[in-house]
Amino acid sequence: MTTPVLADLAVGQEIGSRSIDVDRARLVRYAGASGDFNPIHWNERFATEVGLPGVIAHGMLTMGLAVTVVSEWAGDPGRVVDYQTRFARPVVVPDPGTATVEVTGVVGAIDAEAGTVRIDLTVVFEGARVLAKAQAVVRL
Amino acid sequence: MAINASYAGRQYAPTDPYQVGRAKVRELAAATAATQPVHHDLVAARAAGYPDLVASPTFAVIIAQAAEAQLIEDPDAGIDFSRVVHADERFTHTRPIVAGDEITTVLHVDSITERAGLAMVTTRCELFGDATLTDHVATVRSTLAVRGEDA
Repeated sequence: MTTPVLADLAVGQEIGSRSIDVDRARLVRYAGASGDFNPIHWNERFATEVGLPGVIAHGMLTMGLAVTVVSEWAGDPGRVVDYQTRFARPVVVPDPGTATVEVTGVVGAIDAEAGTVRIDLTVVFEGARVLAKAQAVVRL
Repeated sequence: MAINASYAGRQYAPTDPYQVGRAKVRELAAATAATQPVHHDLVAARAAGYPDLVASPTFAVIIAQAAEAQLIEDPDAGIDFSRVVHADERFTHTRPIVAGDEITTVLHVDSITERAGLAMVTTRCELFGDATLTDHVATVRSTLAVRGEDA
């Protein structure tokens, strides 16, 4: 594993990006792995009955997928010491088909004294941000 | 039934320990496209200095959501789960979670606020690696938005 060097980083620098396809099978897989069986994430009838546009991805799935950009850049996922987001919009997952989520990570702040860098993630679905204030702090 | 704002400030007794298993670490990592070897391969995890497989950065949600069920599934709290939307989430780690950890969690209800037919319930789970609550592993903060009957 290679570790980025704090002194070589600059605010605004892009650290990586990734395009992730989410289909219904991935939602079911995440439900089983996480234990979150809320039917809005797998049952179209239920989702529309409670006023959603359709089956939506777990916010925590989107959050988990997005941070892979940070972990892979950091080299060691154990260096991600803080990770937060607000869930701004749902990712509606069609059937058949996929929802494509675009993730980009940029250096948002550097704390040389603490030895940490804040990565700001932009997570976009259908042209709009689905995660707001998605920030990960990495200890280098 | 309306949300019970008197639950704000409540602190629950420590949970029974959650045993972090290798299979669950691998399963959640795979479900979130976390392919790094330290999540999947014991030799790689040990070569990186860890005692066992390293949980992916959002793994603590599994433990936290199980603890949060103490509140959400309590009928007296008045939270209608079919009207719940996840508003925000934050993980702050003192150390990474690794397979073999036995995590004891203390659930706190930090705030319950209501405005315009929307109730915001903010919880905080303190995760510890021991039953005496000295080995702090992580803090998980979560806010649920609960739509009122008319919203």
